[in-house]
Amino acid sequence: MAQGDTSPLVFEPGHASLTRFLLPNTAPYPDTNKLNAKRVELGKQLFFDPRLSLDGNMSCATCHNPSLGWSDALPTALGFRGQLLGRASPTVINTGFNSIQMWDGRKKTLEDQAMGPMMSNTEMNMDIPLLIDFLNTSQGYRSAFNNAYPGEKIDEATLAKAIASFERTIVSNTSAFDRWVQGDKDALSNSAITGFKVFMDPQKGNCAVCHSGANFTDNGFHNIGLPSFGKENPDLGRYLEKPVRILKGAFKTPTIRDVSLTAPYFHDGSAKTLMQVVNHYVQGGVVKTNLSPNLKPLVLTELEKQALVDFMKALTSPQKPVQLPILPL
Amino acid sequence: MKRILLLLLLATATNFSLADTTTINQKHKAFVVNGQPSNGGQITVNVGDTVRFVNDDEFFHNVFSLSDAKLFDLGSFPKGDHRDVEFDTAGSVEVECALHPEMFITIIVE
Repeated sequence: MAQGDTSPLVFEPGHASLTRFLLPNTAPYPDTNKLNAKRVELGKQLFFDPRLSLDGNMSCATCHNPSLGWSDALPTALGFRGQLLGRASPTVINTGFNSIQMWDGRKKTLEDQAMGPMMSNTEMNMDIPLLIDFLNTSQGYRSAFNNAYPGEKIDEATLAKAIASFERTIVSNTSAFDRWVQGDKDALSNSAITGFKVFMDPQKGNCAVCHSGANFTDNGFHNIGLPSFGKENPDLGRYLEKPVRILKGAFKTPTIRDVSLTAPYFHDGSAKTLMQVVNHYVQGGVVKTNLSPNLKPLVLTELEKQALVDFMKALTSPQKPVQLPILPL
Repeated sequence: MKRILLLLLLATATNFSLADTTTINQKHKAFVVNGQPSNGGQITVNVGDTVRFVNDDEFFHNVFSLSDAKLFDLGSFPKGDHRDVEFDTAGSVEVECALHPEMFITIIVE
């Protein structure tokens, strides 16, 4: 993300230089899909409705489960009829703040992305005309769509817009770190503050070279040297979308907000703990082929490594139970 | 015959004199033109002009274009380094940083 505020950081609670890390309560939305309560409510119903899948047993929430950090706690996702997919389910948390979607960036906006899993024959594998017909013949959905998008048809576009609206409300911005940024000096432990400094320091953790900005992602693509890239026929990631050499094996930088809820980590789910993640970066990656030039081995003490973990845990907001919607018949 | 050669030489010299170099910096994960962050913007150059991409960030960038009018991958280069691209065909060239796709600028070659 192009940095708006590039003044030096002052690591004191409430300091003005830290406001660059604050996020609003809802993600930005396009003029063509202004956010309102009716759209969010409809989107929530659709998000949790298993009838959006061919077998009627998978909803968006199957892989993006609010009880599991809006992911699924699996190394890589399980798709249509339980088939093992190649990549982890990314969390939906704060994804509305991202300028590009999916591990490989093949979708630009939430509206672009929303239909993808339904249309994929390895995921929800839905018959889309059948789904649109169901939504048009369900009195409850017809009424909900009419309230949310008056004058617009019930079709792929409005279906995607409603789901995107709901996803924009899934926001983490009340963590201990946020409270510290806003001046609560007791919100962070000394270790977490040290971790924040290590995180930002290019000569120490160098984490912010990619995990930058208020959502702790540059929306960029990097090959971080995971062991899976050394296997036969590895997942080429972003290269499949943009055939530029450096992008072979590169995947999008995920947010690390609420990261303590979204294990296992990396696009292939190969790290079970945050300490394993830190150790991977200390090593400077395992498979060096086509490694991102912005990665380098780190020199960190054990205390600094633990401080990084403590800082990342402090980016997790207090969790509120999510009330499931009643679905229209 | 001498007159034709003279004219050709003159035309070649004229072309050389018209070719220009425009600098686009990379700073704070933005393409910067004349000191202004220009992600999503566009600039216009003439056929035969060169654009110099200069990395002013503390980390690597990797500038590329997959446009028909000019296909190139400048590879990854660190702070202080630059790469030059000569635009020899008219058209619209979409330029990105592979690592940071929010860095995006269109170069119109006339």
